Amino acid sequence: MDAKTYDMGRIDIAWCPGCGNFSILKILKDALSGLDIKPEELVMVSGIGQAAKIPHYLKGNVFNGLHGRALPPATAIKAVNRKLVVIAESGDGDMYGEGGNHFLHAIRRNPDITNIVHNNMVYGLTKGQASPTSMEGFKTPVQVNGVILEPFNPLAVAISLGASFVSRAYSDDIKETKEIIKKAIKHKGYALVDLLHPCVSYNKLNDRKWFKENTYYLPEDYDPTDKNEAFRKATEEDKLPLGIFYINKEREPFEEKLVAYKKNKKPMYEREVDLKKLENLIKSKKG
Amino acid sequence: MKDISIVLSGEAGQGIQTVEKILVSTLKLSGYFVFSAREFMSRIRGGSNSTEIRVSDKPVNSFVEKIDVLIPLDGEAVDHVKWRIDKDTIILGKKEFIEGKAEKTFEVPFTELAKEAGNKLYANTVTVGLLSGMLGVDFSVVKDFIRDFFKMKGKEIVKGNIEAAKKGYELGEKMAEGKDIDFKLKINEKAKEHLLLSGTDLVSLGAIAGGCNFISSYPMSPSTGVLTFLSGQQEEFGIIAEQAESEICAINMALGAFYAGARAMVTTSGGGFALMAEGLSLAGMLETPIVIHLAQRPGPATGLPTRSEQGDLLFALFAGHGEFPRIIFAPGKTEDVFYLTRKAFDMADKFQVPVIIMTDQYLLDSSFLVSSIDVTKLKIKKYFIKTDKDYKRYKMTKDGVSPRGIPGYGKGLVVVDSDEHDEEGHITEDLDFRTKIVDKRLKKMDLIKKEIEPPELIGNKNYKTLVIGWGSTYYGIKEALKRLENTEISFLHYKQLYPLHPDTGKYLEKAKKTILVENNATGQFAKLIKMETGIQIDDSVLKYNGLPFGVEEIVKNLRRIEKKEGK
Repeated sequence: MDAKTYDMGRIDIAWCPGCGNFSILKILKDALSGLDIKPEELVMVSGIGQAAKIPHYLKGNVFNGLHGRALPPATAIKAVNRKLVVIAESGDGDMYGEGGNHFLHAIRRNPDITNIVHNNMVYGLTKGQASPTSMEGFKTPVQVNGVILEPFNPLAVAISLGASFVSRAYSDDIKETKEIIKKAIKHKGYALVDLLHPCVSYNKLNDRKWFKENTYYLPEDYDPTDKNEAFRKATEEDKLPLGIFYINKEREPFEEKLVAYKKNKKPMYEREVDLKKLENLIKSKKG
Repeated sequence: MKDISIVLSGEAGQGIQTVEKILVSTLKLSGYFVFSAREFMSRIRGGSNSTEIRVSDKPVNSFVEKIDVLIPLDGEAVDHVKWRIDKDTIILGKKEFIEGKAEKTFEVPFTELAKEAGNKLYANTVTVGLLSGMLGVDFSVVKDFIRDFFKMKGKEIVKGNIEAAKKGYELGEKMAEGKDIDFKLKINEKAKEHLLLSGTDLVSLGAIAGGCNFISSYPMSPSTGVLTFLSGQQEEFGIIAEQAESEICAINMALGAFYAGARAMVTTSGGGFALMAEGLSLAGMLETPIVIHLAQRPGPATGLPTRSEQGDLLFALFAGHGEFPRIIFAPGKTEDVFYLTRKAFDMADKFQVPVIIMTDQYLLDSSFLVSSIDVTKLKIKKYFIKTDKDYKRYKMTKDGVSPRGIPGYGKGLVVVDSDEHDEEGHITEDLDFRTKIVDKRLKKMDLIKKEIEPPELIGNKNYKTLVIGWGSTYYGIKEALKRLENTEISFLHYKQLYPLHPDTGKYLEKAKKTILVENNATGQFAKLIKMETGIQIDDSVLKYNGLPFGVEEIVKNLRRIEKKEGK
C-alpha cells in the first residue's frame, strides 16, 4: 500500500520546525503502508500533548481522549472489536507520568495493541518542565536547580512485568525505527516502542548530537527472549541501547482470553441480546 | 393486612445473610410476601450488623423501625438495635445474650439443638427452623430448600441441616403459642409466583436487557454487586467484564468500548464517581454514550462505606467540567429500577450523552418481591450507522444529534477528540465554529426533554399537602402515607431527576404545603427544584445518619409538620 494513503492533504501541523515528531509521523505512515493496514481498520488512540496530536495528522479512526488515558480506551476498543488495529500513541509525560498506572496495568493485561511513546525527556506543550524521563540535573523553569528525581525507566519496568514486546527506537533513524514499529504492530500482544526524539524548543541537553553519541543498537546476535539479559540491557545508562529488548511469546493477548468470545466470535457491535435467555434467567429468580 | 418484622442481629461472619437468604426464600415459596433490608458495618468479621425481614400477607417493600421478633446472635446485638425495641418485642436467643435486656425474652438453646442435630455449626439452620415453625410454614418447603441449598456440601451436611431445621421448627411451633403476636399469616398464592430480586439484581438485569455487553469498574461498596452479577453472566450473555485498576481507567475503558460499538457501563459510588468526573466530561465532549450506575453511600470522602444516603444528587448533576447535556434517573419502584436501567442504555445511545442511574445501599442490598418482568417484547434498537467514505462524526444536524459511526463498520473514518473539534472530529481553534458546536451539543437537550419520565403521583389528585421524594424512598413514603390515612396528603415521586419534568411547577403550585423527604442533610432535590422552577419547597424531613428512613419516622415527621400552620 502507498504511504500516501494516510496523507491528510493540506493541514496545519502544530509541531515546531525541526521537531522529531515529523520523522515519527513519516515512519509511522511507512510502517502502516508496509503492513497494508487500511485507514478504516486502524484506530489511533492518544492522550494530550504534542505527541498526542499525531492521530490528527494521518488517516485513520481516532480516539483522542484525556491526558494520560490512552491505554484504557485502546484496550477496550481492541477488546470489543478484535479486527481493528489499535495503536496507543502519546508522549512520555502522558504515558509514563499522568498515565503511569495505566501503563503498568496495560502491560499486565496484555491487549494486542501497540504503544508508541514519544520520549523527548521534557514537557513540550506546557513549555519545558521536567518529564518522568528527564535526566537528573536537567534545569527547567520549575526544576530550577535541576531535576532531583531518578528518571523513570519504562523498559526496565515493562520487562520486569513480563511485557510481551519491549523496544526502544530513535526518531532520526528512519529505517531501523520503521522496522521496529512494524514488528511491534505485527506482534500479538502489548508492544511498547519507547521512541526517543529530540525536542528542539525545550530540551537543549538531549539534542540530536547527544542522541547520536549516547545510543547504540543491540548486536545482531542479541537474544530478545532472555529476560535477564533484556533487563540488564534496559538498565544500561552510559549509552542507551536501541532495538528490540524483549519478546515474551508465552503470553496470550487479553481479548483472546475473554469468555465473552468463547461461544461467539463476533465483535460486540454485531451481537444481539438473547432475550429468551434473559427471560429464563429472570424466571430462575423465584427464590 | 398483617405483617411481622423479624430482625437478626450479630457480628459479621456469623451467617446472618445465610439465614436471611434461606428464610426469605422459604417464606416466599410458602406464599408469604417478604421484604428484607440490611445494615452492616464496614468489616468482614465482628462488629454489629442487622437484617430485617418483613413477612406479610400483602406486598411489603419498605424498612420499618419496629421489631416484632428479634434474634440476637451475640452479646452486643440487643443493644445494637435497642432503639427499635419496645415492650411488645419478642427476643429469642441464648440466655447470655438476652437476660434482663427486655420485657419479653425467651431462651432458645440454638447451639444445643444444633449439636443434637450433629454439629454446633448448624445453629443458623436451627434459627431458620425456629422462625418457620413460629410462622407455621409448611416444613416440606423448608426441607426442600435446605436440601437444595446445601447439596454441594454433601449428604451428611444436608441431613444434619434438615435435622437442625426440624428441631428448630418444633420448638418454634410451641413458642408461637400464647404470644401476643399472632404469627399465622394467610397464604397468598400470588407471592409464590413473584420474583425475588434485590436492587442489585434489578439494575444488573436491566443492564442486560439494555444490551450491556461491556462493564469496567473498580470494586466499591455498595456498587460492586452489579459488577459481580454481570461478571457471572459473561459467558451466557457475551459480556466483557473487567476490573479496572482505578475508576479513571474504568470510565475511559467504557468510553472506548462504546466508541467501538459495545454498550458499556460503569458501576461506582461517590468517591469512584469523583474520579470519573473528567471521564464524564469527556463523554460530553466526544458525544460517546455511557451509562453510569452511581450507588450512593454517605460521604464526604470515604464516609460510611457500607451505609446509605442520597447525598450525591447535586454532584451527579454538576460533575464534569464544561457544559454538556446529561440524563439522571433515580428509580425507587422495583420495576422502574429494571426498566430505567434498560432505558438508560437506549437514551445514552440515542442522544449520545451520559446517563446516570442513581441508587443507594438501601435499595441495592434490599430484597423485594416483584410481580413479573416481561422481556420478550423488549427489542433493542441500535443507533449507530454504517459509514460511507465522506463520513463526518460531528456533522451539523437540525436536532444536534450527528449519526454515530463506529470504527471498522463502513468506509468512513470515525474521529473523536477531547479537544474542541470540527465536523470531522479533528482539533480546531476556529472560534466561530466553537460556538456552533457547543450549540449543537446543547441542542440535544430539547430532544431529551421530550422523553422525560413523568413523576408518579400517589394519592388524591386534589391534595393540600404534597410530599416529594426520589429514588429509594419510594416505598417508605408510600407506606407512610397509607398509615396517615389523610386524603389531603399526596406523594409525588421522581424517577427522573434531570432534566426535571416540566409539570413540576404545576404540581407544586397546586399544593398548600410542600414537604421534601430526602436521605441527606441539605435537601438537595429542593435546591434542584428551586433552580429549575423558582419554587421553594416549604418544609423538609431529612435524615443523614447512614440509615434509610423507617416508615414510622416518616409518619411521625409528616404529622409534626401537618400540625404546623400552612402557608
